[in-house]
Amino acid sequence: MYRYDQFDATFVRERTEQFRGQVARRLAGELTEEEFRPLRLKNGLYLQLHAYMLRVAIPYGELSSKQMRKLAFIARRYDKGYGHFTTRQNIQYNWPRLDDVPDLLAHLAEVEMHAIQTSGNCIRNVTADHLAGVIPDEVDDPRVWGEIIRQWSTLHPEFSYLPRKFKIAVIGTDTDRAAMRTHDIGLKIVRNDAGEMGFAFYTGGGQGRTPIIGPLVKGFVAKEDLLSYLDATLRVYNMHGRRDNIYKARIKILVQSLGAEEFGRQVEEEWLRIKDTVLKLPEAEVARIRSYFAPPAYETLPAYIPEFEAKKKADADFGRWVRANTDVHKVDGYTAVSISLKPVGAAPGDATADQMDVMADLSDAYSFGEIRVTHRQNIVLPNVRKQDLFDLWTKLKAVGLAEPNIGFVSDIIACPGLDYCNLANARSIPVAQRLSRRFSDPKRLSDIGELRLNISGCINACGHHHVGHIGILGVDKKGEEFYQVTLGGSSAEDISIGKILGPAFSYDQITDAIETVIDTYIDLRSEPSERFIDTYRRVGIEPFKEKVYGSSKERRPAAE
Amino acid sequence: MANDRPLNQMVTAQWLLGGESIYWVAGKGWSDSFAEGTLYVDQPAADAALAEVQEFVKQRVVVGPYLIEVEVDKDGPKPTSARERIRAAHNATFDIDHGSWTARIAD
Amino acid sequence: MVVLRNGVPQPNEWVRVADDAALPEGAKAIVSLERWQAEREILRQRNTAIGVSLKSDQSPLLLADDLDHLSLVALEFPKFTDGRAFSYARVLRDRLGYRGEIRAVGQVLRDQYLFMTRVGIDTIEPPAEKRVEGYAEALKEFSVFYQPTNDRRETALRLRHGLDKVATAAE
Ligand code: SF4
Repeated sequence: MYRYDQFDATFVRERTEQFRGQVARRLAGELTEEEFRPLRLKNGLYLQLHAYMLRVAIPYGELSSKQMRKLAFIARRYDKGYGHFTTRQNIQYNWPRLDDVPDLLAHLAEVEMHAIQTSGNCIRNVTADHLAGVIPDEVDDPRVWGEIIRQWSTLHPEFSYLPRKFKIAVIGTDTDRAAMRTHDIGLKIVRNDAGEMGFAFYTGGGQGRTPIIGPLVKGFVAKEDLLSYLDATLRVYNMHGRRDNIYKARIKILVQSLGAEEFGRQVEEEWLRIKDTVLKLPEAEVARIRSYFAPPAYETLPAYIPEFEAKKKADADFGRWVRANTDVHKVDGYTAVSISLKPVGAAPGDATADQMDVMADLSDAYSFGEIRVTHRQNIVLPNVRKQDLFDLWTKLKAVGLAEPNIGFVSDIIACPGLDYCNLANARSIPVAQRLSRRFSDPKRLSDIGELRLNISGCINACGHHHVGHIGILGVDKKGEEFYQVTLGGSSAEDISIGKILGPAFSYDQITDAIETVIDTYIDLRSEPSERFIDTYRRVGIEPFKEKVYGSSKERRPAAE
Repeated sequence: MANDRPLNQMVTAQWLLGGESIYWVAGKGWSDSFAEGTLYVDQPAADAALAEVQEFVKQRVVVGPYLIEVEVDKDGPKPTSARERIRAAHNATFDIDHGSWTARIAD
Repeated sequence: MVVLRNGVPQPNEWVRVADDAALPEGAKAIVSLERWQAEREILRQRNTAIGVSLKSDQSPLLLADDLDHLSLVALEFPKFTDGRAFSYARVLRDRLGYRGEIRAVGQVLRDQYLFMTRVGIDTIEPPAEKRVEGYAEALKEFSVFYQPTNDRRETALRLRHGLDKVATAAE
């Protein structure tokens, strides 16, 4: 993984000291809250319902075991012993004190981490496929480009006061595990007809109040032109994005109002002027960064390991976990293991300091010390030998981290919601907990099959509800929590935006309503292998509506 | 207003250093306890209290004071919104230790 | 009112002139874009230096043909959150090749000052109530820069690969 050189290390130290100074000026009264707010946000520090919240960047979702241990240390020392992994592959601490944050950041800097640009109207932490570098059929490794983008975007002098936040994601395969087209810029690494590597730019996607699937604005940008094309895109947005209305300030609105083609033309015009300048990426720098992502020292192993296959058959629980929680690896004899942070009844994405330490140790023992964070709020050990899986599983089970539910209905994405978040309408986590208890039987889960259930506590959609096969959105009705359900969304390569099922449900009705939706699917599916989303696409929303709101009066929600 | 019950309000804010929710107790100062907060029954009194506490913003003791609605029933005062009820409890509504493996292994 | 150049306070030699006021004799004057466009022919004849002030929704491209006559372009920051002028400065420098003075006026905060110098802004007029010493300190907070811009600071990338030396040698 990437390691800081003297420049990166100096920079992060200087940024930490700058923030220390900003906090001191706030406390000394040189900055009002109004002036301080954008400064603290640019360093990931929010003021939430009960306390400050610090969002720490995990660039492109990659962590070392050493960094994970530091995250555990911070959870213990500056928080209440846990942290929350987010849909942007970051981690959030819910309880730091303002005057502790500079020291906390200094601890992070020791392990080459920071909270730079994890909030604010600037270019946010770049995200990527969590299986980058280990998945077969990858055109190129997104982490290399994620790191290049991280450096380019860090304290960008021109793009630090954008109309609104700006999120970039990178993927390197046809399969989209990073919700690429829900980003302000989604980058897909591709090859052109001449076989050269470059980027397809999907610009102007987004969730929130106005969910939009990012249109393809340019099919191929050569790799040396990546930064100049990014610069040109951001410049057009910075100058022309709306600043009069916060709900219309994202680049997606600009792209929609101009049309993708006209927007692309404006970017092109700007880009042609700057393409052959210092922004051209030197091959030597790409090579330097790439060298950090060289594969670890894999052993030569057979693809088929008889003892492992036998164990899978002999132990049904182990077999189920392997089927749900491992992904195929590009190297024979290896696999990428998902550790579900959604055990039954847990807060999705939360991990305690103890669990973080255990995951760090297991990654040292079994995965070359590498760890990934997924946008579905799980953890991945990307390089595990198949022959070690049984031992790993046994150890994970001992600490309650072996839930075999990746990709199933209880693998719920949930934002912090009204339990923590200042902007929330309704709680997300307790809804997720109730659902996860309702759907706790592993056999039932695998019978239901792949089902993406996503919950957001408000229309900001941090919980990706628009693109869940089933989405739940918290709404406020006269100060009380209600939940609107959407069906048919997807964030993968078959991306779609969910449709609203009907009137919202109360906190006490929502679990039953979701169960009805799922039971309806079971009745409607053509065969057990037809996924929820495919059944929905085949039959449409009506049959679900009928079942949920239909005949029985008792089922009809009280509201509206 | 259609509602003919008196509108009770309270002044709330957050400590600058820790961000915890706090409530204004007239003549005394800030309290972490919602139950101790002073109830204002008429709007001018509530507005006056809100104006009075601006001094604490200037002194960098608290941030973001505002008024919340409170209803009073036989159990005493209670915020009218889910948001303010959660704030008043100073914590998430679920057991935050639920995720710890020690707790989970135990049950 | 002072202006800052490289963090150092200097007397402000420029007078901002309201649209309906007469231009002060012999003093450097800044007029609005509207006035410049209306009175361009007369203003060009003036012997003393003249500058134009752009609001945050006025692109410098509107001055593309006038820049030879302008000793200063002022970019307004009506709110510190309105960052359009960061791009305008780059358009002025990189695209239009403007060599005169670019000045930031309005809500220019200390924590933006370094960014401003990086995109090509020469002078700033900090709001009157702000401590100007802080602005000088702000320029010293970083020694590492990732983005190539039109200022003279070398980027981490060029230093890593020894490209800084190459550039110097070629000069
Ligand atoms: S979706 Fe809304 S409630 Fe949830 S974290 Fe985002 S802003 Fe907060």
